[in-house]
This record gives sequence, structure tokens and C-alpha cells, in this order.
Amino acid sequence: MITVLKTTNLNKFYRLGGLVKRVRINALDDVNLSVQSNKPVIISLVGESGSGKTTLAKVILRLVKPTSGSATIYDQVVAGEGAIPSRKEFLSTLQPIFQNPFEAFSAYRTVDSYLQRTANRIGHKSGSGVSAALDEALNSVGLKYADVKGKYPNQFSGGELQRVSIARALIPKPKIIIADEPVSMIDASLRMNIINLFLSLKEDFNTSFLYITHDLATAYYVSDYIAVMYRGTIVEFGNARDILGSPQHPYTQLLLDSIAVTNRKWERKTYKASDIEAKEFQFSGCRFRNRCPYAEAICKEERPPALRQEDGREVYCHFADKTRLAKGEAA
Amino acid sequence: MIALNNIVATYTTVRGQVNAVDNVNVSIPNGNIVGIAGESGCGKSTLLKIIYGDILYPLSLSQGSINYGIEGKNGEISTKDIGQYWFKRISYIPQSSMSSLNPVVRIRKQFLDFLEPGQNKKAILEQVREYIKGLDLPPEALDSYPHQLSGGMRQRIMVALGTYFKPDIILADEPTTALDVVVQKGILLLLMEIQEQMKNTILFVSHDMGVHYQISHKMLIMYAAKVVEFGDSEAVFKAPMHPYTRMLIEALPTIGDAKEREGVSGRPPSLWDKLVGCRFAARCPFATEVCKTEEPEFLEHQPGHFAACHHVDRVRQA
Repeated sequence: MITVLKTTNLNKFYRLGGLVKRVRINALDDVNLSVQSNKPVIISLVGESGSGKTTLAKVILRLVKPTSGSATIYDQVVAGEGAIPSRKEFLSTLQPIFQNPFEAFSAYRTVDSYLQRTANRIGHKSGSGVSAALDEALNSVGLKYADVKGKYPNQFSGGELQRVSIARALIPKPKIIIADEPVSMIDASLRMNIINLFLSLKEDFNTSFLYITHDLATAYYVSDYIAVMYRGTIVEFGNARDILGSPQHPYTQLLLDSIAVTNRKWERKTYKASDIEAKEFQFSGCRFRNRCPYAEAICKEERPPALRQEDGREVYCHFADKTRLAKGEAA
Repeated sequence: MIALNNIVATYTTVRGQVNAVDNVNVSIPNGNIVGIAGESGCGKSTLLKIIYGDILYPLSLSQGSINYGIEGKNGEISTKDIGQYWFKRISYIPQSSMSSLNPVVRIRKQFLDFLEPGQNKKAILEQVREYIKGLDLPPEALDSYPHQLSGGMRQRIMVALGTYFKPDIILADEPTTALDVVVQKGILLLLMEIQEQMKNTILFVSHDMGVHYQISHKMLIMYAAKVVEFGDSEAVFKAPMHPYTRMLIEALPTIGDAKEREGVSGRPPSLWDKLVGCRFAARCPFATEVCKTEEPEFLEHQPGHFAACHHVDRVRQA
């Protein structure tokens, strides 16, 4: 089995505040994830703002250095101690796409110059080699080189430009693409085109994806695995359909309950919103305990360990059995 | 009843004039939450600005009028003098609370901005403190600066500012888009509760159809500066008359339903071009020849349910 994505005791601490009142934010706190598969997979990382999902992406992309621990992509350590040294090797293992394509491309440069640059960087020096690589990449996202050549970002719609940025990421033929909120800036009518593109690239080009999002519905639609994060910790991980179909961690349940769906009206009850975000990062026990309806004394004292279940699901909750039952009764 | 009579809103730019809202003719009954949906650039925020009377260059109301159904000092108020009734009769809840609140002034001082001469500051502040308690905000929030509050709390402050005077009309422009789902749900339930108590009319802009399904009584769908459908939420969600509405509802996946979803190809037409026929025709699976040449009229196809489409029957049967 190939290790598609693995993090080992990954930590990233940020320091906030001045000299006197300095607080440490554990943006990633002992994150252990492991996805093994011989086939390409789409892994979703979901959570609210401040859950650490973007920090995890940045660590994997080497944009920030982890405080400790390491991350492995396709059997190669990419971040932390012993990370692969060669930049070229790194770039042809993984590639990023970002949230807002209009910010990813400078308004004063043609978009194809970015694509050429990427092709040069991975070793295509000759002109014909470059344009062949560009042509192939653009074709695979449903665009033509002739339509893109010499154009500036403002001549594209958000959906088209996001396709160009996916094409750029495809040029080095990466094994995995790290996509941080790739569709949240794109209108509903065009969003599914991008999401379906991920699925077809996975089939046709064997490209895996790490899809970072706060939108659970598209995560459900597209992904094989899903990891739910809260305040720098993983709370639930496993098969996407299983987890969103029958969530066991109370936080996953809360998230699912809060989505505005179009097939069922909300019950008129609200959960307590968190008003002590920064403090929750300091909790030594379960970080969700302040809002959790099942919390008991043990949640304050001990960080819940990963409960591994037969189907491969991991739930970080002391009372996973209880929450599963409670949800069953409610349904 | 708010009657929008043939509204045309125009932006003047160096390239010339462009109509961001084009001939909108809708009557909105009182006491409803009206959801306004559409893609970015369809004119939904511009329509809200016009209704709010916040018409500043380069925006102008080049045609049409609005009857608010509100009696002011000099008879019925119009877009010209509605500015005098901001907050008291009509209020506006924006998307970004961080750029709407003054960052260097405490919240309580911002509440006193609308104080009239001679009013007792202390007494008013007591009332405000009491009021925000009902909105699930700690009374100390009033003594904070905006950056000391979380995004959800700031947005609750915006709701408090927008509803304190029990205005007849509340305009909300994507008030929860920047928030996490859990916080969003709390704010939306709060708005619904307030509306049920005060019976005001809320015009609620959002691009999220799920949010509209949860809170809106009526739906108004816009596409490329035109209103394409208007009717009771229930009817619109159950049997949309316009193919664009149908697409908006069906475009996004739902949890528990793994059915394949298709996006729509193409993009909205540029408003700079001379537009003939139906503006959705190029992307519409139901389009025929007539759609390319003739603009569909905005008609009442069923009581209270309007749509602008040549093929309403076919859309409903599909």
C-alpha cells in the first residue's frame, strides 16, 4: 500500500500578543492522520475557521515550518525532519491551488506566463516542450491554449480562471494537489464544474486531492476520506460517506445539524456558540468540551485518544459509544 | 407593501452607462422575509442599495419609483427622503461587520449615534443593554471595541443596531456569508425570531439556497439585472418556473444524496453588450428559437407566482 498522506505527531504553535501577555496557539496539536491506498483518493479536510485546516495545508506545502513532527506524501517526507531536499522533486510530488484565483494571478501579468514559468521550473527548457506541456494541461481542464494565450486574469470568469490555476498545478504531473477552499469564491452554477473536474482528473490522470473546505455537502459529494478538525485537533476521521452519514463525534454532529439544507427545515434550537476561542486552544483535555452536551469530568482532564473502529473510522471522543446511541435514538 | 415600479438602476463609468438593475417590477407584501438570490453581478446588492435610498454617484436611479407604504412627515416617503428614516423605519445589515463598525470607538458609543438632542444617554444605554441581552449578547459587549468581539458577536451587534427601533423594513445583504455554519445558524434563527415578534419585512440577500429554504417566506430570483422569478418560497422550491431557479436549487449536492450533479456551462452575459431575447437563453436547456429573439415577459403564471420565461409549462413538467 502506498502512503498517500501521513502526518506523525505534527505540531505547529503560533505565538500571539506582546512580551507580557503572550499566548501560545496550538494551531496544529499532535495531528496524526494516515491514508493508505493504491488508487488515487480525494481526502477532505473540513472544519470552521480557526480549526487549523489551512495551517495543515501550509505545513504540507512547506509554506510554514512545523514546530515538531513530520508530514509524508506518497512515501516521501515533505515537511518536518528529513524532508526531501530537492525542490524539483517536491514540486512534482505536490502542487497547490488556492481559494481566490484573482489573487493567485497578478493582474499585470498574462496567465500563460505563470504556466510557462511552472513548465520551465520542472525542466522543460525548449519552446516546443513548454507549449506541448501547457497544451496538455489546459486540455485536461477543458480549455485551449489558444484561448488562454496572452490574456490577463480580468478577461476570465472566476470559474475559468480557477481552471487555469488547476491546469498550472497539473503541469508537473503531481501525485497530489492541495486545494485550499478552491470553490468558495465561485458561483453556485459553476462550482460543480470544478468539483466534477476533480473527479475526472482523479480517474484519468491518477491525481489525488487534499480538498480543504468548510462546505460539507461538496466534501460528501467528492471525497473518499474525510477528516474533521476543531481548534487544531482532528476530532473524527474515516470514510467520507460513513462519517457524514452517521457522525459520532458531537462536533461533527453539531456541524451537520447547522448546515442550511434544502430538504428539511431546522429545528428551532441553537447550540452555544463559542465565545472563548483563544482559550480553547489552551485546553489540556478535549477542546470541544466547553460546548459539548455530553461533557463530563474526564473531558477536562484527558485529551480523548483516537478510538479506532472496525471500519477504519477514528473518533477522538471519550463517549463515542454514547453519542452514537444518542444520535440513533434521535433518528 | 413595498412596490418597486419599473426600477432601472444605472452605474456611470468611464466606459459609459450600464444598467445593473433593469426594469424590475415587483410588489412585496408586508411582514415577510423575502429571499433575494442570484449570482455575483446579477444586481441583487444594487437593488438593495436603491431600496435603501443610498443612491450616490456612480449609481443612479434612472427610471422608476418605489412606494414603501410608510407615512412620513410629508406624506408617503420616497427614495429621496428615506435617508431621514434610516434605522427608525428602514435599516440595513451589511455583510462585513468589521468594516461597518468604527474600529476605534466603543460599541456603546456607536449605539448612541442616532441619539436625538435632549435624550437621556444613560436611560437609553440601559434600554440598549437590556435589548442586546435578548439577542444572546453579554451586556459587556457594549463596552468593547469591535476587534474584541468574535465575528458572530459583531454580526449580532449589527443585528441589534438594525432592529433596535423596530423598523418596518430591514435590508440584509449577505449578513451571514462570512460566518461559520454553526454561528450562521444562530444568527438566522435570531433574525427569524425577531421578525416573528416585530412583523417587519426583511429583504434578505444570499447566494445560498439552503439559507433561503430555511428562512425565506418569499423568493425573488435575479439573473443578469432582471428579476426572473418571484413567489412563495414553498412554491418556488417545490416547482420552480424558471430554469435558472431550478438550476440554482439543484446545482449543489446534499449530504446523503450521492446523485451526480452537473454544473452549468457558460456564464452570464456581459451587461455591456446589447442584449436581445432571454438573457439566460445561451445556458438554458429549454431554450428554443423564440428565446433568442424575444424577451420573455414577467408574468403571473399562478396566483402570486411570477416568472419571466417562454417555457414555464415545460420547465414545470420536467
